[in-house]
Amino acid sequence: MITIDSLNKLYHTPRGTFTALRDVNLQIEKGDVFGIIGLSGAGKSTLIRCLNRLEEPDSGSIVIDGREITRLATHDLREARKKIGMIFQHFNLLDARTVQGNVAFPLELAGWPRKEIAQRVEEILDLVGLSDKAGNYPAQLSGGQKQRVGIARALANHPEVLLSDEATSALDPQTTSSILELLADINRKLGLTIVLITHEMSVIKQICSKVAVMDRGEIVECGAVQQVFSAPSSATMKLFLEHSALLQGYGAGI
Amino acid sequence: MHEDLIPMLLTGFGETLYMVVLSTVAAIVLGLPLGVLVVITSTGHVLESPRLNRVLGALINVTRSFPFIIMIVLLLPLSRFLVGTTLGATAASVPLSIAAAPFLARIIENSLKEVDRGKVEAALAMGATPLQIVRKVLIPEALSSLVLGVTLAVITITGFTATAGAIGAGGLGSLAIRYGYMRYREDVMFATVLILVIFVQGVQWSGDRLARRINRNQHRLG
Repeated sequence: MITIDSLNKLYHTPRGTFTALRDVNLQIEKGDVFGIIGLSGAGKSTLIRCLNRLEEPDSGSIVIDGREITRLATHDLREARKKIGMIFQHFNLLDARTVQGNVAFPLELAGWPRKEIAQRVEEILDLVGLSDKAGNYPAQLSGGQKQRVGIARALANHPEVLLSDEATSALDPQTTSSILELLADINRKLGLTIVLITHEMSVIKQICSKVAVMDRGEIVECGAVQQVFSAPSSATMKLFLEHSALLQGYGAGI
Repeated sequence: MHEDLIPMLLTGFGETLYMVVLSTVAAIVLGLPLGVLVVITSTGHVLESPRLNRVLGALINVTRSFPFIIMIVLLLPLSRFLVGTTLGATAASVPLSIAAAPFLARIIENSLKEVDRGKVEAALAMGATPLQIVRKVLIPEALSSLVLGVTLAVITITGFTATAGAIGAGGLGSLAIRYGYMRYREDVMFATVLILVIFVQGVQWSGDRLARRINRNQHRLG
C-alpha cells in the first residue's frame, strides 16, 4: 500500500546541516494501523509530512497505492492529497465554519455537488458520534470533540490512507483512549490504512498492529507490535519500554 | 446662523460621503489583491516567491512615503486622464484611492498573517489550490479583523478628503477652509468639524459592531 524507499531529508540552518531523515525504508500494508514512535526531534513528524509532501524529501521515493507521490507535479499532487486524509495535534479546524462546514470543506475542494455534500456530512458526523453538534462552532467544542471533527473531515472524501500527526498528544488520557477507539473502529469498519506518529507507548499499545522506532532520523527497529514489545532490539525501544514500565510501577504505588 | 448654512453643509457632507465611499471601494479593489499577494508570496507560504514579495513590499513602502498633498499634485495628470478634470469629488477620488490602497494592503497583510499556519497546512493537505486557500481559509478566518482594518481605512480616507478639499475637491474640508477659515465663518467651521466628528464616531461604532458580530459566532461558548 505504502512503500518508502531510501528517503532522505536535510535541513539547512545557519548553524549547519541537520539530517532529519536518513535512508528511511518502510513497507506499510493495506489495512495496517502503523505506528511510528520516537522522541521529539527523531524525525517522525518530518517523515509523516513527507507522505503527502507537506515536506519535500531531498531524495528517495514514496509510492502510495501504486502512485509515486514523490514524482507528482503540482496539479497531480493536489489530486492525490484529496485521497490522503490527515489529522493534526492542534486539530487545525476553521473557526469561522461550523462543524458541518468544516466537514464539508474537503468535499467543496473536491468539487462535490451541494446536495451530496450535505448527505455525506451527515453520514460521516454520525460515524464519529457528533450528529448533535453539526451546527456548533469549534470554539464551543471540547478537545476530544474537535479531534472527532478533524477525523470526520479527514474521512469525508473516502481517503485510502489516514495520516495522524500526534493527533492525541494535546488530549487527556481518557479522551485519548476514546479517540484511539474511534480510529480502531474506523480501521475495522472501512479497512482504512492508518499511519500515525506518537511519542507515547500507550498509543502504540492500544491500536497499532505494526510499529517502527525512529532515532535521529533513522528507523532503528520495525516489526509487529507483539514482537517488538516482547523482544526489543534497539536501545531506543528498550528505553521506551523501561520508561513505560516505570510509569506503570508508579501508578500501582499511588 | 446664516440661512445658507444648512444647504451648504448638506452639499459638503454629500460630497465627502461620495469621495469616502468611492475611494474606499477603489482602495479595496487595489489594496486587497496587493495585501493578499504580499502574504502568500512570503517565505514558506502557499505561493512563495521572495523576489515578487520584495518588489511588492517596496512598492507599498514607496507609495506610502509620499505626503498626501504631494500625491494629489503628482496624480493630477492621472485624474485628468481618468475623469477628464482635476477638480471635484470624482477627480479627488483618484489620488485618495491610490494613497489609501497601500495603507490598506498593509492592514490586510497584518490581518491575514494572524491566521494560524496550521489551518493553511490542513487545507494544503486536503489538496486546496492557493486561490482556494485565500478565498476559503485566509479571508473568512480573518474576516472580523479585516472589517476593523477597513474601518480604520475609511476613517483615514475621511481625514484625507479634508486635505483634498483644500485644493479643489469639494466636501466638508473645502467648506471649512473656504468659509470657516478664509471668510471667518465660525459657524461653518464649527459645524463641519462637528459633522466629521460624528461621522467618524459612527463609522468606528458600526465597524466595531460588525466585527463583534462576526466574532461572536466563532467564539461563543456552548
